[in-house]
Amino acid sequence: MKNKRRLQLTLTYILLTVLSLIWLFPIFWVVLTSFRGETGAYVPYIIPKTFTLDNYAKLFSNSSFPFAQWFFNTLIVATATCIISTFITVAMAYSLSRIKFKHRNGFLKLALVLNMFPGFMSMIAVYYILKAFNLTQTLFALVLVYSAGAALGFYIAKGFFDTIPYSLDESAMIDGATRKDIFFKITLPLSKPIIVYTALTAFIGPWVDFIFAKVILGDATHKYTVAIGLFAMLEQDTINEWFRSFAAASVIIAIPITLLFIYMQKYYVEGVTSGSVK
Amino acid sequence: MNDSVYFEKVSVLEALKKGGTDIKLSALVMGFANLANKQIIKGLLFLFSEILFLITFVLQVIPAMGGLITLGTQAQGQQVVEIDGIKITQAVDGDNSMLMLIFGLASLIFCLVFAYIYWCNLKSARKLYVLKAENKKIPSFMEDFHTLTDGRFHMTLMSIPLLGVLLFTIVPLVYMICLAFTSYDHNHLPPKSLFDWVGLANFGNVLTGRMAGTFFPVLTWTLIWAVAATATNFFFGIVLALIINTKGLKLKKMWRTIFVITIAVPQFISLLIMRNLLTDGGPLNSMLIKIGLVSAKNPLPFLTDPVWAKFSIIFVNMWVGIPFTMLLATSIIMNLPQEQLEAAEIDGANKFQIFRSITFPQILLIMTPNLIQQFIGNINNFNVIYLLTGGNPTNPNYYQAGSTDLLVTWLYKLTVSAADYNLASVIGILIFAISAIFSLLAYTRTNSYKEGAVK
Repeated sequence: MKNKRRLQLTLTYILLTVLSLIWLFPIFWVVLTSFRGETGAYVPYIIPKTFTLDNYAKLFSNSSFPFAQWFFNTLIVATATCIISTFITVAMAYSLSRIKFKHRNGFLKLALVLNMFPGFMSMIAVYYILKAFNLTQTLFALVLVYSAGAALGFYIAKGFFDTIPYSLDESAMIDGATRKDIFFKITLPLSKPIIVYTALTAFIGPWVDFIFAKVILGDATHKYTVAIGLFAMLEQDTINEWFRSFAAASVIIAIPITLLFIYMQKYYVEGVTSGSVK
Repeated sequence: MNDSVYFEKVSVLEALKKGGTDIKLSALVMGFANLANKQIIKGLLFLFSEILFLITFVLQVIPAMGGLITLGTQAQGQQVVEIDGIKITQAVDGDNSMLMLIFGLASLIFCLVFAYIYWCNLKSARKLYVLKAENKKIPSFMEDFHTLTDGRFHMTLMSIPLLGVLLFTIVPLVYMICLAFTSYDHNHLPPKSLFDWVGLANFGNVLTGRMAGTFFPVLTWTLIWAVAATATNFFFGIVLALIINTKGLKLKKMWRTIFVITIAVPQFISLLIMRNLLTDGGPLNSMLIKIGLVSAKNPLPFLTDPVWAKFSIIFVNMWVGIPFTMLLATSIIMNLPQEQLEAAEIDGANKFQIFRSITFPQILLIMTPNLIQQFIGNINNFNVIYLLTGGNPTNPNYYQAGSTDLLVTWLYKLTVSAADYNLASVIGILIFAISAIFSLLAYTRTNSYKEGAVK
C-alpha cells in the first residue's frame, strides 16, 4: 500500500515536471532569444551561441521603432484610463447595486444586451465619431474609448457590492447620512479588494489591446502604444531584423504585468467566482 | 423617497388638466410653471433648451432627417460649366451617404434627448401643481441641487458614464445596425458614390445567396472551435488542479505559480510567440528536423495546412486557457466539503470513481455560469485566431475568409480590408443573435441552479 502510494506520487511529480516544461518552454525561448547574438528571426537551436544586450539597446536607439516613446504613451494612457474607468465602474456598480431607482432592472437588461454585440462591430463608427471631434490619432481618444467601455463592465463590481449588507446603509441613513456620505464614508472603504481589482484590470487593458488602438491611431507611429508597436515589428519585411528586439520588448513589458497579475491573483479568483454565482 | 411615490399618484395629464394657467402653459412654453413659481434658474434652463431645440430643429434636424430617408441623391461627378464663354468640366462634390446617415441618426437622438427634457419639464410642472395643492414650500434651486447628493445620488454617479455609453456604444451600434440594411460595400464607397437602403437583401445574401458558401462553413468552424476550446480547457484545467492538489504532493504553491505565470504574460505576446514558434521555419520544426523525425523539405505545416492549423489553434488555446481554469478550480476544490470524500474512500471507491461521481459534478455545478461565459467568449475569440493564424491559410472557396477564420475575424476582415460594411454588419447582428441565444440559456440555467443546489 505504501509503495503504491509512493509510485503514484513519483508519477505525479514526473507528469507535473513535463507539463511545467511545456508551459514554460515558450517563455524560456523568448527570454533566450532576447539575448541572442546571432542575427535572423529564427535559428535551428534553442540556446544561443553568443549572448548580447544589443537587442535591448536597439529598442531605445532606433527612431523608426521608438520603443521608449511607445512605452511612455502606454503608461500615460494606462494611468489615465485606470483612474477614470475605476471611478466609472465603481460609480455604475454602486448605483446599480445599492440604489433602487426606476428602470434599474430595465437598464441591467439593456447592458447585458449591449455587451453581447461584438465590440469591433461598432469600431468603424467610433472612428468616425472621434474624427468628427477631430480626435483621431490622439492618445486622448484612446483614454476616452477605453473609459467609455468601463461603464458597461460593472458586473463583477456589482456582484461585490451586493454582498455588503444593506443594513449598514440603513443604519447610516437613520443617523442622517446622505447617499453621498454613505458612498464615500462607508461603502468605498469596505470595497478595497474590488477597487484594486478594477483598477488593475483597467491599467492592464491598454497594454494588451491592439485592435482599437490600431484603428484609432492609424499610421501615427510616434503615438503608438506598445501592443501595436510590437505587432508592427513582426511584419513580413521587418521580422528578420526585429524579431530579437521584439523578444526583448516582450520581456520588458511582460515583467511588470506578470508581477501585477501575481499580486492581484487572489482578487481575480474572488471576483470571477463571486460575480458569476450570484 | 416617500414624496416621489406620492407624486406618482397624480398623472402628468391630470395635473395639466386641473392645474392653473401656469401649469397649462408649460406644455407650450417650457419652464413657464417654474418661472411663475420663482424657480428662476430651473425655468430659464427649460426655456433656453426649448429655444435651442427649435432653432436647431429648423436649421439642422429637418434637412438631416430628409438625408436619412434618401441617403443622398446627388452622386459625385463632372459638370460642364460655362465661364466667360469657355466650357470647363468641373468636378462636383456629391452627397456623402455615410455622413448623411450619421447626421440623420445624430439628429434623431438629439430629438429623443429633447423629448426627455420636455418630459422632465412636464413632471416638474406636475410637482409644482401638487406642492401648491398641498400648500407646501416650493424648493429652491439649491435645495433641488442638493438632492443630487442624496435621493437622486445615482443620477450624479451615472450621468457621465451613461453619456459615454450613449456616444461610444449605442450610437455606433445603431449606426452599424442601420448599415446592415444598406448597400454600403466596396462598390458603393462614399464620397465617390452613393449607397441606399436595400431592406433585407444583405441578410438574404448571407443566409441563402452568394455569401452562404462562406457563412455556413465559417459558422460551423466557429461553433466547433467554441465547443472544443471550452471543453478542453475546462476538463484539463480541472484535472490539472486535481493533480496539483494530490495529497502528499510537496511544493503545491510552486507548481501553481508556474502555470499562473503563463496567464500573466499578456495574451498578445504569448500568442505572437506561439505563432513564431510554430512557423514552417520556426524552432519547433528545426528541433524535429534535428532529431530526425521530420525531413527538412517537408516541415510540419502547423499553421499552413487547414486541418493542422485548426488543431494547432486548439492546442495553443489549451496552453493559454488551462491555467485559468486551474486557478478557478483550485479555489473551488479547496472549499469542497471533505466529509463526502472521506466517506467514499472508506467505502472503497477508487480515485476515478470519486472524481466522476463527487468532485467533478460539484465543480461543474459551481462553474456552469463561468463555463457558458467562456463559451460565448470563445465564439468571439478574436485574439487567438487573429494573432496566431490571421485566419489563414487562405481558402479559395471563401469570400474574404481563410480556413481558420471565425465569424468575428471574418467580420474584421470585411470591414478593414474588404470595405464591405453592410455584410460585416449582417455578420455582427448574427453573432449577436447566437450569443444572445446562449446567454439566455445560461441565465435561465443559473436561476434554476440558484434555487436548487447553491446555498
